[in-house]
Amino acid sequence: MTPVTLTKKDFKSDQDVRWCPGCGDYAILNAVQSVFAEMGMDRSKTVIVSGIGCSSRFPYYMSTYGFHTIHGRAPAVASGIKLANPELDVWVVTGDGDALSIGGNHFIHALRRNVGLKVMLFNNRIYGLTKGQYSPTSLVGAVTKSTPNGALDNPFTPVSVALGAGAAFVARSVDVFGKHLTETIKAAAQVKGSAFVEILQNCNIFNDGAWMHVTDKDVKDDSIVELRAGKPLTFGKTSQFGLRLNGFDVQKFEIGKEGAIDDCITWDPGMPNPGLAFAFAQLAEREMPMPIGVFRNVERANYERAVHQQIAEATAKSGQGDLAKLLNSGDTWTVS
Amino acid sequence: MSTGTSPTAPKTEVVEEVVIRFAGDSGDGMQLTGSQFTTTSALVGNDLATFPDYPAEIRAPAGTIPGVSAFQVRFASNDIHTPGDAPDALIAMNPAALKVNIKEIKKGGLVIVNTGNFGAIDLTKANYTYNPLESHDLDAFQVVQADLNKLTKEALAGLGLDTKATLRCKNFFALGMTYWIYSRPMEPTLEWMKSQFKKRPELVEANQRALKAGWNWCDITGVFQSRYEVPPAKLTPGKYRNVMGNQATALGLVAAARLSGLQLFLGSYPITPASDVLHDLSKFKNFGVVTFQAEDEIAAACATIGAAYAGNLAVTTTSGPGLALKGEAIGLAVMTELPVVIVDVQRGGPSTGLPTKTEQADLLQAVYGRNSEAPLCVIAAKSPSDCFDAALEACRIAVEHMTPVILLTDGYIANGAEPWLLPDVAKLKPINAKFRTEPTDFLPYSRNPETLARPWVKPGTPGLEHRIGGIEKADGTGNVSYDPANHEFMCRTRAEKVERIANFIPEAEVKGAQSGKLLVISWGGTHGSIASAIEKCEAAGKKVGWVHLRHLNPMPRNLGEIIKRFDKVLVPELNLGQLVRLVRERYVVPAIALNKVQGRPFMTSELVTAIEKELA
Ligand SMILES: Cc1ncc(C[n+]2csc(CCOP(=O)(O)OP(=O)(O)O)c2C)c(N)n1
Ligand code: SF4
Ligand SMILES: [Mg+2]
Repeated sequence: MTPVTLTKKDFKSDQDVRWCPGCGDYAILNAVQSVFAEMGMDRSKTVIVSGIGCSSRFPYYMSTYGFHTIHGRAPAVASGIKLANPELDVWVVTGDGDALSIGGNHFIHALRRNVGLKVMLFNNRIYGLTKGQYSPTSLVGAVTKSTPNGALDNPFTPVSVALGAGAAFVARSVDVFGKHLTETIKAAAQVKGSAFVEILQNCNIFNDGAWMHVTDKDVKDDSIVELRAGKPLTFGKTSQFGLRLNGFDVQKFEIGKEGAIDDCITWDPGMPNPGLAFAFAQLAEREMPMPIGVFRNVERANYERAVHQQIAEATAKSGQGDLAKLLNSGDTWTVS
Repeated sequence: MSTGTSPTAPKTEVVEEVVIRFAGDSGDGMQLTGSQFTTTSALVGNDLATFPDYPAEIRAPAGTIPGVSAFQVRFASNDIHTPGDAPDALIAMNPAALKVNIKEIKKGGLVIVNTGNFGAIDLTKANYTYNPLESHDLDAFQVVQADLNKLTKEALAGLGLDTKATLRCKNFFALGMTYWIYSRPMEPTLEWMKSQFKKRPELVEANQRALKAGWNWCDITGVFQSRYEVPPAKLTPGKYRNVMGNQATALGLVAAARLSGLQLFLGSYPITPASDVLHDLSKFKNFGVVTFQAEDEIAAACATIGAAYAGNLAVTTTSGPGLALKGEAIGLAVMTELPVVIVDVQRGGPSTGLPTKTEQADLLQAVYGRNSEAPLCVIAAKSPSDCFDAALEACRIAVEHMTPVILLTDGYIANGAEPWLLPDVAKLKPINAKFRTEPTDFLPYSRNPETLARPWVKPGTPGLEHRIGGIEKADGTGNVSYDPANHEFMCRTRAEKVERIANFIPEAEVKGAQSGKLLVISWGGTHGSIASAIEKCEAAGKKVGWVHLRHLNPMPRNLGEIIKRFDKVLVPELNLGQLVRLVRERYVVPAIALNKVQGRPFMTSELVTAIEKELA
């Protein structure tokens, strides 16, 4: 086969993109298209499945196969596609409401089974499409159309939910961090089992600036820590801060003053014990920096492969099924 | 097999048919006993029909009324359609089983009672304030009392089994008795025991001994004055096997996969009485069947849609409450026009209702139970073996017309068994599954001029990449469209596509009178009861026409014309009147409803009475 160089354009569909101007979804679409081009993905073998929400319009804008399903059910539809044809590269695009509220069950079970799906959750901490109700990732106190006096219930952290479900690959990135985002998507694309990527996304209409406290130019160096495999966990404008373990807890310290660089945790997403990944999933909720990057990347038996393996083994053992024999099995008798 | 010689050799009477009911506690193995009796009767060539009736609770408190489990078998030398109304014989393993079942036994019938379980406590558990064996309750019956507990213990003495394991064999003692009374061979069950307890030789020995002891006890004691013989039935020549509805459904689905050359995908979530289809298909791995036990019915339906989209023969199986959960997803299948088969093994409802009992009350849910205009094809199976043909038909319509199809069966035919004249595989009609691969002029929502089916495209096909979804489609391109005129056009097109299925299905056939006073229209699992009732009426010289519908949406194209030939239409159903509404609405006739919702099938006599009333 002669290698063809693909460009971003090759992954654009002929449909007009209809997100609000300034919506974070544009940047994500752009990142996905460039990753797909760069990786030379086969359009005809790629299927993008989504639920319902602004984010879930995604498949219409890609030139691959696409299925815009119903609210929350994309992981289930995608599981069926992948089980029916494991050769397909199946991606799921979902929102915080779609994946964690109405579709919570399918989301955790797809990850638990480790179906070979790449799930991208666009987390804008709001219901965008239905015009601004609070979502399961909205913070306590969030004032939205349905919580005029402030939201009362405690939010989910998507990364924790994914880790809790036993996901083998869990990552987080940000709509506006172009390079980080493309790298994260690329890493996810190479996973054989389920890959989960939370993408912090700005809904500039109903929840503008939801991630400003971590993504804004002025604060991001101090408020974000990048999880890089094999690298010590440092952050700050001049990497002056480090993160170290203190008993079972993660502690922030100033390098040089409160400890040495060697005290920093060296990040290893392949750790069999998910404990540290869990601790990091919740870090930002504790006035600590927001970790982005790959939290966890371990090998686990892949569900659809195992399913087809069982079929292959049964066929090898008892031979290709013979329909006439099957119908005639059991106690039969002849009437003449 | 028999060893002793009877004091006075009983006479053997040849009878056309017998209905026998085994009843005991749910822990007594009555379902197993009944199905062994059924298999043996099938092997001797009887026509037969069964009616397993068991509680929803796995083990209701032992010995109580709610814990009673029963299995009725009718075996005959003539052509029968139902498990029979009133049993000729009852085997009652405890007082509760006697109490629940005695009212339905034919007067003069045989009642075998296990007195081993008639102690004071047993009587109390069954809410008896007296011992019915010492009362006049059973005066109308031929009662045979035997302490099966004691007799089984004696038979198994020396085997070293504990009392509990020993007593567990008493159902086979009872089965041995019935084999003697009805002149059945013991060999099939003896063989079955060998394979069933392959790894436990002591259990093979124990169960075989119990079976033989039951037989011998009858032979030696001379308690029974007569034995009966039911000669083989004059069935259509060919090879037969005994089949239950759920089994036949599973086999039909596998056959459809073969006939279409597609991989079979089943997405399902366990629910009574549908789970056996999932169990059966999970065993057929060497047929390339993918079974997926999803996290709930919604996921099962959605995964099935995904599999259909990816080009599999995609099926989801459930019962009423599950169908309710699948509703939104089925709407997506309607919108995306994907071939999905939904099997609903109906049970008593609403809500959890009567999970183990039968009903036909999901018809309107199947036809209408989705938001907005969401037409799809609905068909129904009429008997256990017919589930095979119905499953094939559902798959054929789904694939050839690119539409979801709901196949309705019910608990009665799903768990009931009958002899099945095995089809010649070579003669089964292929299912025409075509995938579009040609990129030139490809439009995802273009249509076959005859069927209006849209093209089926497997993702993975180069040059045909496209997007589908639940938002309204523009005619042809399938792009998102909010255009008012397009929406109406698409709604009408989807409806028309389903209506046009009528051009591809057989016309309805009227049995009996072709015109006249009364036409009976029925559907689904009531077929057997109605066939018996119509035969009875005809034998009595009454003129009545009968149409039993396989296709409920759309209905056969000549049904309206048939209805016009009759003065009255009677629609018997196990619900409060669902098909009758469809008939009234579509053909604008004052169809008369005959309804029963007791979780039980119609009795032939109930139907005969109703038909006679309308003819009077
Ligand atoms: C069954 C069903 N219930 C409710 C809705 C309405 N609905 C559509 S999108 C949505 C929430 C979307 O929020 P999210 O998943 O966060 O996506 P976003 O729009 O923010 O990208 C809701 C409630 C629906 N489409 N279907
Ligand atoms: S409502 Fe918010 S999330 Fe939706 S398109 Fe507009 S900006 Fe984006
Ligand atoms: Mg959202």
